[in-house]
Amino acid sequence: MAEQSKQRPTVADDKVHTWPHLVRMEFLVALFVMVVLILWSIVIDAPLEEPANPTRTPNPSKAPWYFLGLQEMLVYFDPWHAGVVLPTLIIIGLMVIPFIDINPEGNGYYCFKPRKYEILTFVFGFHVLWVSMIIIGTFFRGPGWNLFWPWQHWDPHKVVALTNVDLPYLLGFRDYWWSAACGAVVVGGYFVVSTVAFYLCVLRIKGKEFLERWGLVRFVITAMLFVTMLSLPAKMFLRLAFNVKYILVTPWFNI
Amino acid sequence: MNLKFLEDLKRDIVENQVWKAIFRHGYEDTPRNRVLMVTANVFLHLHPAKVRRHGVRMRFTWCMGGLTFLMFLVTVVTGIYLMFYYRPVAEYAYADMKYLEFDMPFGMLMRNMHRWSAHAMVVFVWLHMFRVFLTGSYKPPREFNWVVGVLLLVLTLLLSFTGYLLPWDQLSIWAVTVGSNMARASPMLGHEGPFAEFVGVNPVYDARAFLFGGGEIGPHTLLRFYILHCIFIPMIASILMAVHFWRIRRDGFSGPSL
Ligand code: HEM
Repeated sequence: MAEQSKQRPTVADDKVHTWPHLVRMEFLVALFVMVVLILWSIVIDAPLEEPANPTRTPNPSKAPWYFLGLQEMLVYFDPWHAGVVLPTLIIIGLMVIPFIDINPEGNGYYCFKPRKYEILTFVFGFHVLWVSMIIIGTFFRGPGWNLFWPWQHWDPHKVVALTNVDLPYLLGFRDYWWSAACGAVVVGGYFVVSTVAFYLCVLRIKGKEFLERWGLVRFVITAMLFVTMLSLPAKMFLRLAFNVKYILVTPWFNI
Repeated sequence: MNLKFLEDLKRDIVENQVWKAIFRHGYEDTPRNRVLMVTANVFLHLHPAKVRRHGVRMRFTWCMGGLTFLMFLVTVVTGIYLMFYYRPVAEYAYADMKYLEFDMPFGMLMRNMHRWSAHAMVVFVWLHMFRVFLTGSYKPPREFNWVVGVLLLVLTLLLSFTGYLLPWDQLSIWAVTVGSNMARASPMLGHEGPFAEFVGVNPVYDARAFLFGGGEIGPHTLLRFYILHCIFIPMIASILMAVHFWRIRRDGFSGPSL
């Protein structure tokens, strides 16, 4: 891939006529896709279940598949966070990409090496987190939102012990306010430590000169988004390894 | 057959006022006509008259932007067909689906195509975003078009989501219930969200009630989602697509610098 950028065409004008070169391509591809779509639609029927019945909740109730990533995040965070704050941050995070990525390399062609960390971050967020959560939500979640293998019988009476406890409790705090303070310190500490770690990584990989060009605003926005993105696997790890329910418990919200 | 007769016929057809009023140029393969084919056609002139060689290749664009648009067009056409038979009223909606499936000519096929092209549109728009990321095509001067793209991505998901409710079957109302329940947890704006008690929202007056048109999912929700699905979001998405395509032409299609 990196070679490609070296073999850039040196001619001043490498243009071809849209008609027929591009229009022909578009026509053929559209034709092919339409044939596949029509065949698919003849063979596979869209689902239609029983009439809507607000008094009979199916178990499990699943959101449309493209939102199952969000529903899966509900396992690890409360709805206000997984359903509202994180989606908003995902949208904002996507929108700011062109403004925080100041790497001039790879503008308009495929390359990996010069944009390694940018691409890895995107692939991690999009493929590893978003797509794999959708796959888990679609194929591995059954009644009670419990984990089932695709070939396993969905037993609605499967008993899963609810042994989750809050992190401050695990650490030995019993008093309400001390627990809240402990949680706040852990969450705040996570952000501070990770931001510092992020700074050191950028410094090592990209150098001081890059950080100066990047500027404080870009750094802070990127660090916040990046650290928030990593908080999802961090919480997943705490849940799966130590049965941690919440890290921070307050009268108003829990994290 | 007399060839002279055919030539005369052709001349009679193409050399009269009506033909010339519609078609402004000939079809001989000349560079001028190739350019005119694009610039004199309102649909094709979404394209520039000439494109750089690499931009034509499938392995550069994966054709994903164009196919997203194609899927949008398919949903528009099949969706209009469905609208002729579907009433967004709780008493009729489900029956109309059955009617569509079993009695309307091509009803099932139209419904299937609508459904599957909507799913395909979601997949394609994700792949399109991924390819634009990989080619770094969001870098200056195309930052703004990426932002427009993200809005289009959100609208694509909302289009699919609002349409999901319309069959009014068990699948649709519960999927939409689960999806919309998050709105009631919005900080401050949802009655189960943090700080709700300071704002004074309640189950019939909060973000989810605004979405549903009432405290629970019901007939009012069906009408609301129908209008969002068939009018409001397609309209906004069309406007943004116009901006998107205009911007691609203004900013120039991305590619390695010459
Ligand atoms: C309804 C959704 C969308 C439609 C119909 C659409 C359509 C298109 C089309 C037809 C192109 C021409 C090149 C190609 O086919 O790749 C294009 C380019 C582009 N799209 Fe989209 N797009 C959509 C969503 C998005 C999204 C979600 C993003 C990014 C987040 C995006 C960002 C861009 C950018 C930056 C370009 C310019 C690429 C270049 O110059 O190489 N678009 N879009």
